[in-house]
Amino acid sequence: MTQNTQPNAQDAKRVTQDAGRKTQDAFEPKITAFLCNWCSYAGADLAGTSRMQYAPNIRIIKVPCTGRLDPLVLLKSFEMGADGVLVSGCHPGDCHYRTGNLFARRRWIIFKELLEFVGIEPGRVQFSWVSAAEGGKFVEVVNKITADIKKLGPFEGYNGS
Amino acid sequence: MARIGVFICHCGENISRTVDVVKAAQEASGFRGVVHSIDYKYMCSSPGQALIKQAIKEKNLDGVIVAACSPKMHEPTFRRACSEAGLNPYLCEIANIREQCSWVHEDKTVATPKAVDLMHTMVEKTRKDTDLYHIKVPITKKALVIGGGIAGIQAALDIAEGGQKVILVEKEPSIGGHMAQLSETFPTLDCSQCILTPKMVDTARHKNIKLYTWSEVIDVKGYIGNFEVTIRKNSRYVREDLCTGCGMCWLKCPQKKIPSKFETGLGMRTAIYVPFPQAVPNIPVIDKTTCLKLLKDRCGVCEKVCPTGAIDYSMKDEIITEKVGAIVVATGYDLISCGLYGEYGGYKDVLDGLQFERLLSASGPTAGEVKRPSDGKTVESVAFIQCAGSRDPSKGISYCSKICCMYTAKQAMLYKHKVHHGQAYVFYIDIRAGGKGYEEFVLKGIEQEGTIYLRGRVARVFRKQDKLIVRGMDTLSGKKIELAVDLVVLASAMVPNKDITNLYQKLSVSYDRYGWLSESHPKLKPVETSNAGIFLAGACQFPKDIPESVAQAGGAASKVLGLFSQDELAKEPLVAKINTLVCNGCNMCVQACPYQAIELKDLKDKQGKLIRRIAEVNPGLCAGCGVCVTVCPSHAPDLAGTTEEQLYQEIVALG
Repeated sequence: MTQNTQPNAQDAKRVTQDAGRKTQDAFEPKITAFLCNWCSYAGADLAGTSRMQYAPNIRIIKVPCTGRLDPLVLLKSFEMGADGVLVSGCHPGDCHYRTGNLFARRRWIIFKELLEFVGIEPGRVQFSWVSAAEGGKFVEVVNKITADIKKLGPFEGYNGS
Repeated sequence: MARIGVFICHCGENISRTVDVVKAAQEASGFRGVVHSIDYKYMCSSPGQALIKQAIKEKNLDGVIVAACSPKMHEPTFRRACSEAGLNPYLCEIANIREQCSWVHEDKTVATPKAVDLMHTMVEKTRKDTDLYHIKVPITKKALVIGGGIAGIQAALDIAEGGQKVILVEKEPSIGGHMAQLSETFPTLDCSQCILTPKMVDTARHKNIKLYTWSEVIDVKGYIGNFEVTIRKNSRYVREDLCTGCGMCWLKCPQKKIPSKFETGLGMRTAIYVPFPQAVPNIPVIDKTTCLKLLKDRCGVCEKVCPTGAIDYSMKDEIITEKVGAIVVATGYDLISCGLYGEYGGYKDVLDGLQFERLLSASGPTAGEVKRPSDGKTVESVAFIQCAGSRDPSKGISYCSKICCMYTAKQAMLYKHKVHHGQAYVFYIDIRAGGKGYEEFVLKGIEQEGTIYLRGRVARVFRKQDKLIVRGMDTLSGKKIELAVDLVVLASAMVPNKDITNLYQKLSVSYDRYGWLSESHPKLKPVETSNAGIFLAGACQFPKDIPESVAQAGGAASKVLGLFSQDELAKEPLVAKINTLVCNGCNMCVQACPYQAIELKDLKDKQGKLIRRIAEVNPGLCAGCGVCVTVCPSHAPDLAGTTEEQLYQEIVALG
């Protein structure tokens, strides 16, 4: 791991600065989306080829499989100024890597509990299954998380006790 | 020190309409490590690619970002271009600013900064890209075909004719499959056995084909080019090297009343038997569940009458392992049990389609005369019931079995040819006759052979005196119908073979909820499975007729031959690697790996003393999912192409 992977004072400062700039009325959230290469990334492509329109707040990062994602990756996104994180993979049973998405699913079930414990509202991290044929569903997922995060407001750091 | 070039494509106007490409190029030039940043109308065109190649050489680039369409479109194109200019292709990355930006947003003021962000993530990723080289995997040039029906036979013959070795494994005593059971085939009314048996003989005689009948694949290990399969050769109790197939044994066997599987229970066989006269190989097997000698150590007639001394009661099952480079799965189908429909009574005179084929067959239990199984009377009228199980979600099957409309039309026609004064009725939902000459064939049955089609479902079948009463509905006239017939034939749903999913799990191929094998892509990869090097042919994928099965078998064979045309396989190098310095052999990754690609091996010092056990990835097996990276408590594994460092750099780029 590089030094960038560890939270540091500079990152923390940036989070607070970012949050300060975001005013509630014109709040455009930053959402980082991790999509698996085989299903959801292709689903996002399909939304494009079908010329569907969706909220422009997400920034997509391609990963081979949702099973490749360590929960720390998601926390790092928040440190780097994201207000929400989307993780989307293949439907259970359809994983290109047979069972990778099932690892992801087990991990998220526990991670969700942890989020609340550390003080990140659960709605800030959303998980979905979007297949390569579900461009429409991808649009719904993106619009939903964007609307949800707008309601939640900017991420201003952990609110846990 | 990174020297990265950023190339932004207008894609005609597809990108430039909503992304300010000039501004994006300017912003990109400010990213850390970027020394060259331009935009161009069509990057994928020859002049566009030439721009990239030229810049690689002139600016001495060590990384290339093409901001254009999805990597699924042109990543190979641009990587090839980079490779031609002397840059390792894995140092080229694509920022997807068309499908995931310009096409989904209309407002230039939001699409442009998004495109810039996406480019930035890729620049940060590319800074940490390293040279990667294809992994070379040797190929064992021998194929395994599982299933000796028409699909398996065709695949084996095509591969063998292409000059490669084939092992064909069939679980029954003879190859031939369901096609050998059929009477005549639609829409040409060729005699099924007449067109099949020459192929069966060719298969057995071919110098490149090794036939294992009465055998099953019990285990599969390895990966594309390098599978190791274990085959159980069930004991025949007849020595194949001595038997001449003279038939004395089954003629004299006193156990004559055993329902024959080949005759779908309508005919009988002996305890030592060949399933049908044209069986290949023409060598009998002893059924150990009914043979008196094997069960009770009595009888022994077959041994006494065998002129060559081929009978061997002490024979044991043999376990054989074979190394193969590719596998064709052609395990076929079965019919759902007639008993599924309680309302159709379970009478002796209610048959399924395959049973009726045997009644029609000249070599069948009635020598081709259409007689009732219950009392042997000639069938004066017959009712065919379509979609018995298929297209009926209430019975758990929502798909259409596809071939029933056609074989029913054929059976009604053949019936009329045999019983000239008889009448055939068909209860149907729709007539699905898509295929060359199929529609004409159905119409011929209606117009020239007098088959009566009634649109509607049958509610009940019950016996009244010596007739079966078929009570249903004609939905076209809206009237209830009651017909008194001698025989009812159900077009039972086609289903995968029983317990076949055990084999599929060993093969690590995916299948749907019914048990049909899943193809790798429903349109563009119809013969590939989810496991590289394993191909599928015939009705194990989904109900198919003979021409479709044969065509797919040819397709699978050509894929095998294509694979075998190379001496080594080039595999994408995006695989996991373990940092042996930090691995402490905890076994987590070994258990998590969906491909069994990781094994623990001993780490020894110079004296050969064990230091500790560490994990090692077999790059030939690794598919690059990265599950091992996330389960490891010591962060020992990393995934080439998406390293931990790269993933975090991408996130940082969005900060």
